[in-house]
Amino acid sequence: MNLSSHQKCELIRIATATLLLIGVWISPLTETARLIAFLIPYGIVGLDILITSIRHIGHGQIFDETFLMSIATIGAFILGEYPEAVCVMIFFKVGTLFEDFAITRSRKSIAELMNLSPETATVLRNGTEEIVHPSTISIGETIVIKPGEKVPLDGLVREGESTLDTAALTGESIPRHIGKNDEIISGCINLTGVLTVETTKSSETSTVSRILELVESASVRKAKTEQFITRFSRYYTPIIVSIAVFIALIPPLLFHQDWNDWIFRALMLLVISCPCALVISVPLSFFAGIGTASRHGILVKGGNYLESLTKADTFIFDKTGTITTGTFTVAKHDKNALKIAAYAGYKSSHPLSISIVQAWNNPIPYTRIQNIQEYSGKGISAQLDGKEILAGNIPFLQEHNIILPSSLPNTETVVVTAHNGVYSGCVYLHDTVKPDAQKTITALKRDYHVKKTVLLTGDRKPVADAVSRQIGIDEVHAELLPQQKVAILETLLHSQTGKTVYTGDGINDAPVLARADIGIAMGAFGSDAAIEAADIVLMDDSLEKIPFLCKIARKTKNIVNENIVFILTVKFSFLILSGIGLTTMWSAIFADVGVAIIAILNAMRMMHI
Amino acid sequence: MKITYRLNHLCCGTCAAKIERAIQKLPGVTEASLSFITQKLYLETETEVEDEIKKIVHKIEPDCTLSRI
Repeated sequence: MNLSSHQKCELIRIATATLLLIGVWISPLTETARLIAFLIPYGIVGLDILITSIRHIGHGQIFDETFLMSIATIGAFILGEYPEAVCVMIFFKVGTLFEDFAITRSRKSIAELMNLSPETATVLRNGTEEIVHPSTISIGETIVIKPGEKVPLDGLVREGESTLDTAALTGESIPRHIGKNDEIISGCINLTGVLTVETTKSSETSTVSRILELVESASVRKAKTEQFITRFSRYYTPIIVSIAVFIALIPPLLFHQDWNDWIFRALMLLVISCPCALVISVPLSFFAGIGTASRHGILVKGGNYLESLTKADTFIFDKTGTITTGTFTVAKHDKNALKIAAYAGYKSSHPLSISIVQAWNNPIPYTRIQNIQEYSGKGISAQLDGKEILAGNIPFLQEHNIILPSSLPNTETVVVTAHNGVYSGCVYLHDTVKPDAQKTITALKRDYHVKKTVLLTGDRKPVADAVSRQIGIDEVHAELLPQQKVAILETLLHSQTGKTVYTGDGINDAPVLARADIGIAMGAFGSDAAIEAADIVLMDDSLEKIPFLCKIARKTKNIVNENIVFILTVKFSFLILSGIGLTTMWSAIFADVGVAIIAILNAMRMMHI
Repeated sequence: MKITYRLNHLCCGTCAAKIERAIQKLPGVTEASLSFITQKLYLETETEVEDEIKKIVHKIEPDCTLSRI
């Protein structure tokens, strides 16, 4: 239990005042001596409240908690109720301290969820190992990471082999193997071997800092509920003050009621009605939700996305790399087709080209290949020894007036090739559906009221249909050019009542990710482009994170609703009771501070998911 | 320009809401969002408003200090 110096000071004051109060209460002092004796503990706990109240009035802010506490306790002193006055002030201070403590504690525990970066790093300078703070290490320096240490900065492994625990970033507990020339990301824990790493990013731009930055700034993109609460409390306070004035003045003036009674009730009304509990606990719940998500490798960029997710009824998925692993394997090929496709595609970063080149596994005569042009969604053309070669889909080759055999198979992913104007065979590729894909779709439909699931892909229709059937996706759109994906998304956005979620791999899905109500990028472990474009980033490739994310969103919303209902119900009941005159200062303080603490604790429940 | 500030000793949730509202009303400010939880202020503004912000903060929460990040 770590108290700040301010909090410790408060605690001492409260304790001292309490002891003094008890001492004075049981002592046999009378009249003036008694008054002065009670004023001492009162001063210890109450003086700063009185001063703050006067200062606030000076700034034009009259009716707040400090004013009420001042008036109430001064009033009690005037009425001769010395012990009550001091008690009330102590009780108020205790409550405020608890509230303050609860807030600090919750801020800390959420921050601890994301305690990703280590305080020290070992850097090799002039042949010796120095232990320094990661922020002092520049790009290009060499750091040494021993087993058990956290990786301090992003870099490239120069020497060594080890396994990494990426749980802090991805929530995944299976260790990843890492070796020479592999990229390494900060935030992971090095498990088995010593690694020598050349840094590629400084501590400001390392993955860990960027993630922390994102999650912290996520509390700024406020959910609609948060904005509503802020606006609500803005209008609500003047209304309550007016009612209080009414209560304080009307019954005594018009109905000859006792002034003391009604002024007291008016004051209690003001204390009970303080909207602090709402204004603190609602944003805190969203922040806890975001923090919890990040603990499991899900970066949510704003509370508003978490909220929208609970209203999502349409889930759209990209195929390659999202539903499938994205690494194609060459199943079979015609005689020269693989060679031609590899020659044409060796520079391309398209998943198909990469698998083809890998399968070719032979030297590529770069000097013989010229004028490579890649056409997105279609294919690649190039010149081999001056003669044109083509590799791409059927429409692409038909556009180039290649005559194709009439019986080309249409059930698999196929790259058709041509050489010098003549068809030269096909390469047949297989893409693997992710093992958790079916479970994910089922869970979304069964547990999270998802009405429509859609698959969008540039791949062939039969392949897309087969995949959809396999995992249970309702609607398929295949053979799409990138811009067509956006168009289809637009149609779906307009036709569906709930929110639309698009999940893709980020790099070439940026426009669709941006246009969807919620854009989720997958496998973004270090990919800057994905982190930029998406609203939510899944740090690993696991589709199962999506239903889990929905679970977090739903729990957050539930906690928020619980808190709002609880706070308003308690306050309203106490307000009525105090109107009738059945409450005391104690219950008024509970309705203000106690309620806030309970709401804060409830918000922290979010972390046990 | 986009500027981030850290507010220290921001104790009261309603005060934070008041501060945010007042800053949003300043001329030149296009967007202002204050998170009570992280005690950070994210500001998008066309003019230099730091002094005005300091005044607002001091008026509503006198113990609160502002530092630029």
